Amino acid sequence: MQNNKNLSHAGTETLKKNNLRAFVSPWLYRVLLWLTPLLFLIAYFFLPLSKILILAFNISALTKTNFQLILTTLSFTFYQAALSTALTFILGFPSAILFSRFNFRGKSLLRALTAMPFMLPTVVVASSFNALFGDHGLFSSSLIPHPSSFSLILSAHVFYNTTIVIRIVGNALSRLDPKLEQSARSLGADTFQVWKDITLPLLRPSLLAAALLVFMFDFTSFGVILLLGGSNFSTLEVEIYLRVLKLPNLPLAALLSIVQLVFTLIFSILYTRTISQVTTQTAPRFSTSRLPKSFKEKIFVASFCLLLSVFFLLPLLSLPVRSLTRLEADRGQRGEVQYGFTTDYYRELFINRRGSLFYVPPIQAAVNSLGYASLTVILSLALGYPAAYALAKPTRLEKILDPLIMLPLGASAVMLGLGFIISFGRSLAWPWFVPIAHSLVALPFVIRTLQPALASIPERLRQAASTLGASPFRVWQTVDFPILSRATLSAATFAFTVSLGEFGATLLLTRPEYPTIPIAIQRFLSQPGGLNFGQAMAMATLLMLLTTLAILIIEKLRLPNSGEF
Amino acid sequence: MKKICYPPLSAFCILFFFSLLVSGCATTPTAPQTITILTHDSFAIGEEVIKSFEADNNAKVLFLQSGDAGAVLNQAILTKDAPLADILFGVDNTFLSRALDADIFEAYLSPVLSVIADEFKLDPSNRALPVDYGDVCINYDKKYFADKGLEIPQSLEDLKKPEYKDLLVVENPATSSAGLAFLLVTRAHFGDRYLDYWKSLKENGVVVVDGWETAYYTNFSGSSGRGPQPMVISYGSSPVAEVIFADTPPINSPTASIVEMDTCFRQIEFVGILKNTPNKALAQKFVDFMLSKQFQEDMPLQMFVYPLNQNAVMPEAFIKYAQFPDEPAVISPDEISANRDAWIEAWTSAMK
Repeated sequence: MQNNKNLSHAGTETLKKNNLRAFVSPWLYRVLLWLTPLLFLIAYFFLPLSKILILAFNISALTKTNFQLILTTLSFTFYQAALSTALTFILGFPSAILFSRFNFRGKSLLRALTAMPFMLPTVVVASSFNALFGDHGLFSSSLIPHPSSFSLILSAHVFYNTTIVIRIVGNALSRLDPKLEQSARSLGADTFQVWKDITLPLLRPSLLAAALLVFMFDFTSFGVILLLGGSNFSTLEVEIYLRVLKLPNLPLAALLSIVQLVFTLIFSILYTRTISQVTTQTAPRFSTSRLPKSFKEKIFVASFCLLLSVFFLLPLLSLPVRSLTRLEADRGQRGEVQYGFTTDYYRELFINRRGSLFYVPPIQAAVNSLGYASLTVILSLALGYPAAYALAKPTRLEKILDPLIMLPLGASAVMLGLGFIISFGRSLAWPWFVPIAHSLVALPFVIRTLQPALASIPERLRQAASTLGASPFRVWQTVDFPILSRATLSAATFAFTVSLGEFGATLLLTRPEYPTIPIAIQRFLSQPGGLNFGQAMAMATLLMLLTTLAILIIEKLRLPNSGEF
Repeated sequence: MKKICYPPLSAFCILFFFSLLVSGCATTPTAPQTITILTHDSFAIGEEVIKSFEADNNAKVLFLQSGDAGAVLNQAILTKDAPLADILFGVDNTFLSRALDADIFEAYLSPVLSVIADEFKLDPSNRALPVDYGDVCINYDKKYFADKGLEIPQSLEDLKKPEYKDLLVVENPATSSAGLAFLLVTRAHFGDRYLDYWKSLKENGVVVVDGWETAYYTNFSGSSGRGPQPMVISYGSSPVAEVIFADTPPINSPTASIVEMDTCFRQIEFVGILKNTPNKALAQKFVDFMLSKQFQEDMPLQMFVYPLNQNAVMPEAFIKYAQFPDEPAVISPDEISANRDAWIEAWTSAMK
């Protein structure tokens, strides 16, 4: 296949006819690709959202005080999102290089760990940080100055979103043709020049895609701000939540939602514009990752492994530790807190001690969570693939549709939840709404992960394969698939963690018959008592174990014909 | 060529198949009549209790949970014309007027109301019927105060004293119902000067967090988080839960409540039959059932609230460890409803 790359552009037109695409008109082809994803978005996103916005919006909301509120909220939202995104890249970009270029022991595990915060409930993450940095934590506060809430918000954003950069940029890095860098080197370029002139320009689409997603996530950040920011900081999303549920003012909430949507749209349009100027064509050859050789490389790998371990492993590890630790009851001892080892919390998980109708059996919760997550993966890939294919070769139609893909990330979950309620009513309680709501959030990730990969497939390779007599399916299997498999795994992992983390859970009515692990954690944490807290930690540990296993399995899936794995 | 591998209909097939699968299970065949109860996430009740109602009335009871009490009420108001459920449980006295103004409930004079004290029947039209109550009080870490030889604060004013500097964590009233309850306590006690009080609390290092979970499990030193503050706004029943859910059964609860005059807020939870329900007769039976001895005696250990049915006996642990304020702060639902937003907004800007 390597030789095929040298095929010239001559004869492109005739070769194209060999594609199946030739059997249907280009327009019909586009329409067919867009049909399912668009219908899905219209039915489950645009209709419910516009319904609630039309119902709630009122001219009376257009007052001076409201505009002032919007302006201050918007500028803080923007400021913290930009800062968080920059910080996320400072940690995420070198980590992406680490994972895509080097092999080292425990690599898969470390990478799976970085995805973990993405799906843990915010309350659990906060309490795990507390277990480390709190007054009785591992690192007591006398060593570390008490961090301000703003720096806590920023570090939580980095903690949550680094995985996005690692997955999207890392995946692009390992897709790069090492020949390009090698030839640049042989022509006398030094490392810096290679990065500046070859690697970074080639990475631009993925860097932009990752930046957009991280920025969007920080821009619409909710739980982190609410939990760590106290009453002093408020993003648009938090303000919408407050105006819907706590200080009810639906017209203002609708106005805020529109502002947030408009800005999401603007970011997406900017992204689409920038990305359309870049075309990279790369192909996978052999594994681009290797053991660190030079001293510099070894230092880099060691220091980043250490950094990532401290940043991710320690807070996460505190959960399983805490789930096995009992605080001794107050039996007259003074001063010191006594710790003891216990497996009670795990044993207790399996007992419905109070005969509650709302008891969550852990096995069933795990099965439900995994089932919903698998359905989300299937659904979002099935919807994302055709859209990504259409977007990879954009026509005027795609230029219009492309920015719309991101909108579900920019919609306030509380507002959309109300839209769901007035649109679907009682049927919202049906369990199949769960994977639909999760797919709505996962879809932008899936599309943005697949799209750069699809765009990078050299048309020449396909044409060459066709010329040599390969059937369309064989072309897909031998050319598209090996390049796509890595992106597909990344996309699948995203969809999976999004679902396990119950993003958009506020969109739904929950039914006690179909509990998931995050619901169980929330139930335990909503009542006082050491046993409840311990069981919440045990459940969170279970969630972590399941996800780690699932991510490792997804990553280890060795697909036939993909030589690079 | 791509379409061979990705037929556009695949998504629909999956959806369709899955919807058939689960909707088939969700709607049980003919015989028993289904009744749906919309409620908040913290609702819980015993399996046996519900089963006995189902058996007695040939009914299937379905619960829908959707966020906190405020979220659930919002949804009920929005779907007034085509209700999501037959019954709404969990509107408390801070939200009562809003529910009544929106006129989402059907009036029902339940015969069981006769065994409930009049002081709890805040809706004279009997559209919202009281089911349970609980007290929001300051909980304290007994050991901390014993170790330091510190007196337990006896009033709201005491909390301004320097010896209690940095010792209290409260929830943000804009985001937490416990936080709102404590704001109402200060409003009831200090009247228009409540913001001055909050300013002095702020100077004395009060910590504000977003919700009860964070306050109790992360900041409070008396619970599992072993946080920095030995006083937290929680419930009068929390010390009971600390005993029932202890890691190792303690001799006594590690925490207790301050129940002095004007330091607690009494939350009363109401149930109502949603207007336009097609199952009115069965809904009335379920409301009667919620007020009955059997349901009321199961509630305390499930939700850590107190029963209102005077014939209901409280569990032993409640009798032993629960503390009841003699004179909780009093503030009427109408006054709350008229001013809650203004109070919260004023509080938010004062605490910035």
